[in-house]
Amino acid sequence: MSLYATGNQTVGPYLHIGLTWLVTRNIAPRGVPGERVTIQGRVIDGDGQGVNDAMIEIWQANAHGRYVHPEDTQKKPLQRAFRGFGRVPTDARGAFRFTTIKPGFVPGPGARQQAPHLVVSVFMRGLLKHLATRIYFPDEPANARDPFLRLVPEERRSTLVASRKREGVLEWNVILQGKDETVFFDF
Amino acid sequence: MSKLKGYRRYHPGTQPDYDYPPYRSTAKRHPTQPLVLMPQTLSEITGPLFGFDDLKPTDNDLTRQHKGEPIGERIIVSGRVLDENSRAVPNTLIEIWQANAAGRYPHQADQHKAPLDPNFSGAGRTLTDAEGRYRFVSIRPGEYPWRNHYNAWRPAHIHFSLFGQAFLTRMVTQMYFPGDPLIPYDPMYTCIADENARQRLISSFDWETTIPEQALGYRFDIVLRGRDATPMER
Repeated sequence: MSLYATGNQTVGPYLHIGLTWLVTRNIAPRGVPGERVTIQGRVIDGDGQGVNDAMIEIWQANAHGRYVHPEDTQKKPLQRAFRGFGRVPTDARGAFRFTTIKPGFVPGPGARQQAPHLVVSVFMRGLLKHLATRIYFPDEPANARDPFLRLVPEERRSTLVASRKREGVLEWNVILQGKDETVFFDF
Repeated sequence: MSKLKGYRRYHPGTQPDYDYPPYRSTAKRHPTQPLVLMPQTLSEITGPLFGFDDLKPTDNDLTRQHKGEPIGERIIVSGRVLDENSRAVPNTLIEIWQANAAGRYPHQADQHKAPLDPNFSGAGRTLTDAEGRYRFVSIRPGEYPWRNHYNAWRPAHIHFSLFGQAFLTRMVTQMYFPGDPLIPYDPMYTCIADENARQRLISSFDWETTIPEQALGYRFDIVLRGRDATPMER
């Protein structure tokens, strides 16, 4: 028998009640190997206002490029303290900030390697189904040949690449509408 | 790693559109560009997994999280989490949140003049068992007004958040109660075009889980995206 997936619904304005217990702003606790990086940004609505009731979730591989998941069968090391999951609510200005390590390369379409990236889900009141997007790293030569990024219209690719604010700190924003609207994916 | 088992795409009409004018907040928060259709990679067919270490014993009983007992009609909300191939989704995290019996959330953004209940926080979580079953004990949430349109009231509902076993199976939904007269007027409910898909958001009254002298049972089964029939070359 075949079923259809249940319909998605908005998280609404009171999402914090159910979701805050699992807030994880430091995805890689001390001792987890890899280049440490803080990523900060804002969620911005169609009026240019910060969204103060949004939450983003991050999923990523470790520094060796392996996901903590049984379907990642690569022979690469895992670390006990690293799950690869982050959850961060926005503040009154719509801003978020989290710390992690830069992931390694992971396999992509056609047996080509994907450049280091984080996958991101975006939730908020007024969004009837969450949005999926990615964060790539700046100054990463592999971005140019990333088999996934190359499928995104070239003029919009930059919305998926963080910018360097200063040493160890990157900026990446979620722009919901208009010029520089973030690329969101359908799978 | 060349063969990955991908996930089926959502069936047309069963999911809300991002731009849905009857729900006013979508106006400035929906993407105006079409979503970009992408291949599923290892990054999306994996996802965070959780375990019993993440939970406390009272997490699935919202009536036992404080010293006193909350006000309200006791309910048991239970069901199964399946995939589109009718297979159980075991060991998956479910998070819920809801208003108290008076229709009020303990949240600074909720200014509705209904009483707070010091014995009710309205949040729960659990893991499904090996057959995909879950069970929560709670109180029936109240309906409450919101300012979406004139005389707008949300039907009683419980928010559900589920992970499944992949980034692609992540889902947030809402469960409604059978017979609630507000349901047909609710933009959250009507945002789903397909009538059958809509109705599946309404739980069913369940004698089997109803506890005599104590609590009414409601059954709510949830279906997450399932695997494609054949592995695809990636």
